[in-house]
Amino acid sequence: MIGTLAGRKETRGRSDRQDRQERTRSVPAGPLALALALALLAALTAAVSWGSTSIPAGEVWSVVGRRLSGEAARPGTDDLIVWQLRVPRALLAALVGAGLGLVGTAVQALVRNPLADPYLLGISNGASLGAVAAIVLGLGAGGSLGLGRSGAAFVGALATFALVWAVARRGGGFAPLRLVLAGVAIGQFLSGFTSYLVLRAGDEQQTHSVLFWLMGSLSGANWELLAVPAVAVPAGWLCLQARARGLNALLMGDETAAGLGVDVTRLRRELFTVTSVLTGVLVAVSGAIAFVALMVPHVCRLVVGGDHRRLLPVSALFGALLMVVVDIVCRTAMDTQELPVGVVTSLIGAPALLYLLDRRLGSGS
Amino acid sequence: MRIDIEDLHVAYAGRTVVAGAHLIAAEGEITGLVGPNGSGKSTLLRTVYRHLKPTAGRVLLDGADIGDIPPARSARHVAALPQERGGDFELTVREVVAMGRTPYKRAFAGEDATDRDVVARALADVGMAGHTARRFTELSGGERQRVLLARAFAQQPDVLVLDEPTNHLDIRHQVELLALLRTRRRTTLVSLHDLNAAASVCDRLHVLHGGRVVASGPPREVLQPALLAAVFGVRAAVAEHPLTGDPLIAFDHRSPVDGPDGAGIPMSAPSGVSGAGPGRSHR
Repeated sequence: MIGTLAGRKETRGRSDRQDRQERTRSVPAGPLALALALALLAALTAAVSWGSTSIPAGEVWSVVGRRLSGEAARPGTDDLIVWQLRVPRALLAALVGAGLGLVGTAVQALVRNPLADPYLLGISNGASLGAVAAIVLGLGAGGSLGLGRSGAAFVGALATFALVWAVARRGGGFAPLRLVLAGVAIGQFLSGFTSYLVLRAGDEQQTHSVLFWLMGSLSGANWELLAVPAVAVPAGWLCLQARARGLNALLMGDETAAGLGVDVTRLRRELFTVTSVLTGVLVAVSGAIAFVALMVPHVCRLVVGGDHRRLLPVSALFGALLMVVVDIVCRTAMDTQELPVGVVTSLIGAPALLYLLDRRLGSGS
Repeated sequence: MRIDIEDLHVAYAGRTVVAGAHLIAAEGEITGLVGPNGSGKSTLLRTVYRHLKPTAGRVLLDGADIGDIPPARSARHVAALPQERGGDFELTVREVVAMGRTPYKRAFAGEDATDRDVVARALADVGMAGHTARRFTELSGGERQRVLLARAFAQQPDVLVLDEPTNHLDIRHQVELLALLRTRRRTTLVSLHDLNAAASVCDRLHVLHGGRVVASGPPREVLQPALLAAVFGVRAAVAEHPLTGDPLIAFDHRSPVDGPDGAGIPMSAPSGVSGAGPGRSHR
């Protein structure tokens, strides 16, 4: 008896050492999150500083400081450029990036496929159709902020969500594969409609505006536009973070999750709702930006592992950083015109995806 | 804790798979579920770990209907090892085992000393303490099952439910896993394909056929040639195992009972059960 106890104690000591080793093995999430946050701050500063008119970083922060402290703004072009144009745009990029990182992480757990994103569920297509319909049919003409367009994108996302949900639920079951197939089919159907509307677009200006929207753009940024994502993205993050253990359990399968005391059907419903609302909000303010929601969680998983308690915040921070950097590139790469962000994310994302696929095949899984 | 299953009916994908099953998994006993493919073993187990809801009848956990208990609460008493493999999400062995703490944790709660201790002990119990940082998907089949068993142990359950835990394992790993169930003994409900394994590891067997329990009792009483012919449609002799003294079933692998189509099996599926006959898998 004493022998067994001693043996047990020894095993325990050994496994404690193992745990310590394990914690030092992968990148610890805390310091990584801090580093990402600092990098994000630096990128935001650069985003406001760089552009057609260069503004020194010191001047950027003094403008921001004056504005935040409620001091009387010093009238001038720097103040205008920093506070009215570039700060909202940089913040929008960060919010959209963070939101896409979160949405991608949630969708990948929702359908138990590490290569899924909101496009796969058709939600982005629905939101795009809404926005394009608003542009082409002139629904957004009245609102100077394009609220008609954003509203239509949001409605499009939710309507698609309801449709995909209804189709996937038919027959009672709720298998991830059904959800994906329903999403892909409905998404294709909707993007057919979108193409038709683009062809029907009245004038060249409209077509240009539609295409820019479809490829994703942050050029519409202003303070009013920031309000909704500034609430929705942190709220969405909290919703998902609260369900992090449930998300982990879903990765192993529905039966495992049920055995761990997770109400799988309810969790899926909640995840699908959060994802759809968040996607609707994001597409409404920035268009359909490709690859970010797919790539960000994937890359982060390689660094911090699959546990959602760490993966969610890291994905949000990395997504924010990535989008701010991408937007800098879009604004500064060409002298004559701005690139749509979707062009750059696709150009970076597609090769990155191929590299990751190669790596996966190489590791035999 | 014990499990009582009373007049259980379960429909799965539109057909009745379990039709009036009664069985008991007694406190501290290893209770085996055997039966041909499609007899309802997995479906029955899924209602115990609450992946499926019964259409009628009850699953009782120490006398309380499991459907009346909140899922997270019953998961503190009943842990499952289902037959699913999960996706490739870069989870480490330790992360998989730590999932066993899910029913004990509130939203946003981190891992405390108790959790770390329980997880470390569960890993040590299955002999995987030295593999915490490995990727779950890189493990061999035997290692994977042991890690999943550790995850079930980390739930600190009173009842273990295992659905064919030895499937796809080589014989050494089968023996190791079943030995673990005996050394870490608690109330266990396990479905097994291998009747010889069931005969040596289980205290009590329930034979499922067409969604009903057609025989129950100690392996020696249940595993008789007549029953094997009737339920499984095979010819077999039952002898004594020369090493362990357990019943040893020697099958006639040359031909089933009454020819290759299995015609003339005396115990047909009960009426009211459609398409649940032998040879149909519901997995």
